[in-house]
Amino acid sequence: MNKILQSTELAIACVLLLAMVLIGLVNPAFWGFDNLFSLAKSNVVIGIMALGVLLVMISGGIDVSFPAFAVAALYIVVRAMVALHYDGVFLPFVAAALIGLVLGAFNALIIERFRMIPLIVTLGTASITRGLLLGLLGSSIVNINKMPKELIAFGKHDLVTVEAANGATYGLTAMVLVYLGLGLAMHLMLRHTMIGRSVYAYGTDPEAARRAGFNTRRTIWFVYCTAGMLAGFAGMLHTSMIWQANPRDFQGLELDVIAAVVLGGASIFGGRGSVLGTLIGVFMLVMVKNSLILLKVDTTWQRVVVGLIIVAATAITAWRDRKKLA
Amino acid sequence: MSEYLIELNNIGKRFGGVRALDGVSLAIRPGEIHCLAGENGSGKSTIIKVISGIYTPEEGEIRIDGHPVGRLDPIKAVGHGIQVIYQDFSLFSNLTVAENLALNTYLLEGRRHMDWARAHRMAREVLSRLGVSIDPDAEVGSLATSGRQIVAIARAILAKARLIIMDEPTTALTRHEVDALFAITRDLQAQGIAVLFVSHKMREMLEISERLTVFRNGRKVAEGMMRDFDEAAITRAMTGLELTDEPYRPAPPTAPAVLETRGLGVPGAVEGVDLVLRPGEIVGISGLIGSGRTELARALFGMEPAMRGTILLNGAPVHPRSVQEAIALGIAYVPEDRLTEGLFLPQSIERNLTVSILDRLRRGLFLDRSALRQRTDAMFSAMQIAAPSAETPVGHLSGGNAQRVMLGRWLLTGARVLILNGPTVGVDVGSKATIHRIIRDLALREGLAVLMISDDVPELVTNCNRIHVMHRGRFVAELTGADMSETRINDTLKTLT
Repeated sequence: MNKILQSTELAIACVLLLAMVLIGLVNPAFWGFDNLFSLAKSNVVIGIMALGVLLVMISGGIDVSFPAFAVAALYIVVRAMVALHYDGVFLPFVAAALIGLVLGAFNALIIERFRMIPLIVTLGTASITRGLLLGLLGSSIVNINKMPKELIAFGKHDLVTVEAANGATYGLTAMVLVYLGLGLAMHLMLRHTMIGRSVYAYGTDPEAARRAGFNTRRTIWFVYCTAGMLAGFAGMLHTSMIWQANPRDFQGLELDVIAAVVLGGASIFGGRGSVLGTLIGVFMLVMVKNSLILLKVDTTWQRVVVGLIIVAATAITAWRDRKKLA
Repeated sequence: MSEYLIELNNIGKRFGGVRALDGVSLAIRPGEIHCLAGENGSGKSTIIKVISGIYTPEEGEIRIDGHPVGRLDPIKAVGHGIQVIYQDFSLFSNLTVAENLALNTYLLEGRRHMDWARAHRMAREVLSRLGVSIDPDAEVGSLATSGRQIVAIARAILAKARLIIMDEPTTALTRHEVDALFAITRDLQAQGIAVLFVSHKMREMLEISERLTVFRNGRKVAEGMMRDFDEAAITRAMTGLELTDEPYRPAPPTAPAVLETRGLGVPGAVEGVDLVLRPGEIVGISGLIGSGRTELARALFGMEPAMRGTILLNGAPVHPRSVQEAIALGIAYVPEDRLTEGLFLPQSIERNLTVSILDRLRRGLFLDRSALRQRTDAMFSAMQIAAPSAETPVGHLSGGNAQRVMLGRWLLTGARVLILNGPTVGVDVGSKATIHRIIRDLALREGLAVLMISDDVPELVTNCNRIHVMHRGRFVAELTGADMSETRINDTLKTLT
């Protein structure tokens, strides 16, 4: 598997490099520090969510509820902080991750106990979560003037700053470290722990996984709780990076993230996928969307492109996996 | 030390009102090769599940090494060294050989960490112990069936198996692979591991096993040393019937060929095949997997667009480019894997029987229900399909009955040429005999021309009046009359590789 995954990742990386060169030729502004830093910044939140989706997809499932979970986590936590006049960073992130975990556990409960199809379950839980959020907490946006200051300050941390010729400064957000750290943790978990291998085993053949002696119920709980936790955490990071908490945020983001994960070589049939591939896939998707903006393509047309990417990438990986099965 | 590794005494197991096991006993000695035979529904699978701790019997006692073990569960069974290799092997096709081999051990040891280096060491060690060269880094899904089976056996050995139960281990194997499996089995035996083969392939059982137990309808009907049995005795025990194998030797057909090929070729698979099929003939094709036999059948059925050469149907050249064209020409094909390639399992027998002739049963825009019912009923009884009614989903039928539905479908299309690929793979002895009788009847009475491709040499010898041996895409030998014997064919096949 190692060899094949590596070759898949190599192929994705080559496509990415080619795309970068092409985009750079069309638009030299692409290689500017400001653009590259902004690209990196856009990777963080989508990327962390993608790690969760990757986990779900390797287990043979699919998750469309994480944007709803992320928005619920961030909005509940920020509203609570505003109401309690609490200003801090650590606890809010823990709270958001826990909210995500609880919501994810709800997915796990239904999927594991009632043997339901993950797509339907997560569609349902997404709708319930968004509806409850707006119904119980209202739909007012918490803007920068009301946002907790510490949170904003946390989101502003930069790793390096570069001064442009015109005197403006651009920074590479320190949040990429958080993202890469989580990516590394996910990689180590998937590759070097038995629970990680149980996700692959379950995604390949649930019955065989049971027979081999895996506790497959635990695997499902682990997968959906972790995905929920990552979503909650990503939501909180998002709010501290854009200095705003909008209960209607992340609309339609599920498609972008799933597209990125599939682009990164994960199989829609389960049992296949890697963190490295997902990181590359996320970067590629963000870059394509970013380039469309640079090229002044209308946002409505960006949806078309994302849709095309998801269809093409799924078709290619499905074709690859079918060939393997035959 | 007890004489037996495991003893099951007077085991009884019910499912609802059905008695799946009725006071059966089975005893296996350490290091013996034991065969458990029985038709579908005889209780074979149930007893495997009792031994492996999946089912708890209501009556009876299980002893291991002479000590009663009380209630067995899957983990306890594994702890006692009992390993089952299911027909699907329960392997992870997306994972490497090394990981597949190591996972069970790690799980058994309750590890949390995936030790890749040790997995490789374990894989290399056990594979060399089995004397096979399989790359531990290969994905299991990329291996052939025989390779996957070896991985499953290796996994059982790593789990410190003392008894390996193999459920229909030879079904998907070629003759060479079966020989290799038997060699490995004898190796296991030499290492003191007992093997229980669960099978209904008598010839193979006779070859490898030392002792035999036969089940029928949830009861043990025979047991003893293998040397005391012959094929007929086992069949009689399994079916409770006297099944005779009169060879099919019709009068030499004089009618002109219904199907003829000249220089038929499929790039990379079949080369220069000249075949003649007359009405009333059953012509066999014997050859190993990869000899081009399946491609030949597919070419005749319009499924190989790159086909070269000529096909004559009743003397006129035809060139079927699609399945629809082939059906319209009166050619029918029952594929090797009837379950995946042909039948709609959740659908009724009626729908499965008539699906290929719906076009002809039209009245205007709608289906002619009464005509549909009439055709179905006629075929349902002609094929002797054992089912409550034609409404029964095909998925509920046994392998033999499903195969009859498939045959019936093609007969309804008015086929004059019937191509059968492995017609009785996975079918029990009783059903097999019925299917053979139906095929012979069709040839003899209806004048159908049948092309029978099979791995089962005795099946060809009994049912065909001519046999072609195929190798590397060519017909290399033709046997007729007295030349047609199992030894002749096996010898021919052996010299080819």
